[in-house]
Amino acid sequence: MKLVTVAGPPSSGKTSVILRLIECMEQERGSIGVVKFDCLTSFDRISYQEAGIPVQIGFSGKFCPDHYYVSNIEDAVQWGIRSGLEMLITESAGLCNRCSPYINGVLAVCVTDNLSGINTPRKIGPLLRFADIVVITKGDIVSQAEREVFAFNVKQANTSARVIFVNGITGQGTFLLSKYFRQARDFLTLKDLKLRFTTPAAVCSYCTGETRIGEKHQMGMVKKLEFKSL
Amino acid sequence: MSAEMNTNLSTGVGAKDLMAYLRSRNLDSILEDYPIAADFLDNFRLEAISRTLPLTRALEEVEEEALAEFGLDSYGLLQEFCMFLENFTRGEEFSGKVSSLTILGGFNKFKEPENVDLTIAVGEVISVVGPTGSGKSRLLGDIECLAQRDTPTGRQILINGAELDEEERFEMGGKLVAQLSQNMNFVMDLTVREFLEMHAKSRLAGNAAEIVGKCFLCANELAGERFTMDTKVTQLSGGQSRALMIADTANMSNSPVILIDEIENAGIDRRQAIELLAKSEKIIFVSTHDPLLALRAEKRIVMKNGGINKVIRTSAAEGKSLVAIEKMDNTLQALRNRLRGGEIITEELLK
Repeated sequence: MKLVTVAGPPSSGKTSVILRLIECMEQERGSIGVVKFDCLTSFDRISYQEAGIPVQIGFSGKFCPDHYYVSNIEDAVQWGIRSGLEMLITESAGLCNRCSPYINGVLAVCVTDNLSGINTPRKIGPLLRFADIVVITKGDIVSQAEREVFAFNVKQANTSARVIFVNGITGQGTFLLSKYFRQARDFLTLKDLKLRFTTPAAVCSYCTGETRIGEKHQMGMVKKLEFKSL
Repeated sequence: MSAEMNTNLSTGVGAKDLMAYLRSRNLDSILEDYPIAADFLDNFRLEAISRTLPLTRALEEVEEEALAEFGLDSYGLLQEFCMFLENFTRGEEFSGKVSSLTILGGFNKFKEPENVDLTIAVGEVISVVGPTGSGKSRLLGDIECLAQRDTPTGRQILINGAELDEEERFEMGGKLVAQLSQNMNFVMDLTVREFLEMHAKSRLAGNAAEIVGKCFLCANELAGERFTMDTKVTQLSGGQSRALMIADTANMSNSPVILIDEIENAGIDRRQAIELLAKSEKIIFVSTHDPLLALRAEKRIVMKNGGINKVIRTSAAEGKSLVAIEKMDNTLQALRNRLRGGEIITEELLK
């Protein structure tokens, strides 16, 4: 089964891109499935089901979304294989800006949008920096110059990435993207493969449910910001 | 692509020797050769690093932990830096590389053949007409992804008369085509000057100040009402925005092909806009039903049932009526200006 990981900031258009992409690939209905990793709620199940796409949704809830993703990705792959899928696309939402869900050898796609601000590509970190393909959405409503500057900033943050503009409404651009999806590698298991980047190292009192503020409540790994006097 | 692109433009250092170059020069002098390198340092929070040392030495001051947050060690960072410099010193200009584009017909939605073999040279303007749903977007989409008989329409797009291999196609994809549509807005909170300077910087053009000035003058010529360099782009009127976008695309975009989805007829000189774009050595497709624009094009593609129905060459007779249409347009334009100036409209003006 082919595997592709898709990630990106909230509301950047991940689900729309995946829906348009599957449409464009014209595979047998139900042969491409999606596992969506989200935090608290998601309304995407309906969109996928309406399109006849097998979907499984997982909520990280009180767990760190990044850790939740890694702990479940192998099970997701096994679910896909059991369900007879030809391709599984995992969609990760709610990851923090210092994380990325990409795995060595697995096609990694980051979705980001033109409306999010021109410097965003330089700020979102590993989510963008470790992707093989960066998809830029919402390009139809900003000027050509802003598209070009945005793409330039993407290239600054990730010099080796392929940059593809996709319109999540009309599907323009998905054709080029589908060429890469078709080349994605097949997997029977992800066991012993490695993430491209570490997940947060923090095990602190707040990880375990602490809500009170103040030094005496802080335990475990704590990083302090240095405030210089003015 | 070509061999010359592997050569660094500003210093003549080959890509392979970049590492040696980095080791032998102080960061200061590297920044002089490659001003863009300052962005790289910012991206990795290294803006405060010693600039009087070579980067290799300066990195010794940086805590391992700080680089590890980016998933790098100092060697990895050097490698990234080399890749960055290599990438951003390549000339990515297409102008001069693309001299023509050919559309070889496929099929319409009833699977009837299009029988089209249309070659368009730079400087040519082609209009695309047809009702909603007639396949205009798909045609423009085929051009954008350089279809090779592998899209639903079965069309093939040739560049300079030749097929493209997959590698060239992906290399060009996304950079071949610039788009201008009525839906487009500026979303950045910048002045016109900052906006143009930022775009010029991303092009890595050496003559940034000159090109910024040229864009500004050009945009003001197209716009009905003048604006200054210090105007915020978000405060420009619809016509002014469009004028700035058109002047910017004509002068600064790398893309050899421009797709235009209508140009509103208020607050901008459309004829001049199209002429400006055509003069910029680009291939221009205008999807429009404005007679002034459609007849200004040498040819027009008529879309029907998802396919190219026919290609009409603008005849001498049509060319003549263009003069009459321009008169009508001028009359309307004069009426608009009078209204704007608070004047009274009289029948006299319509003659």
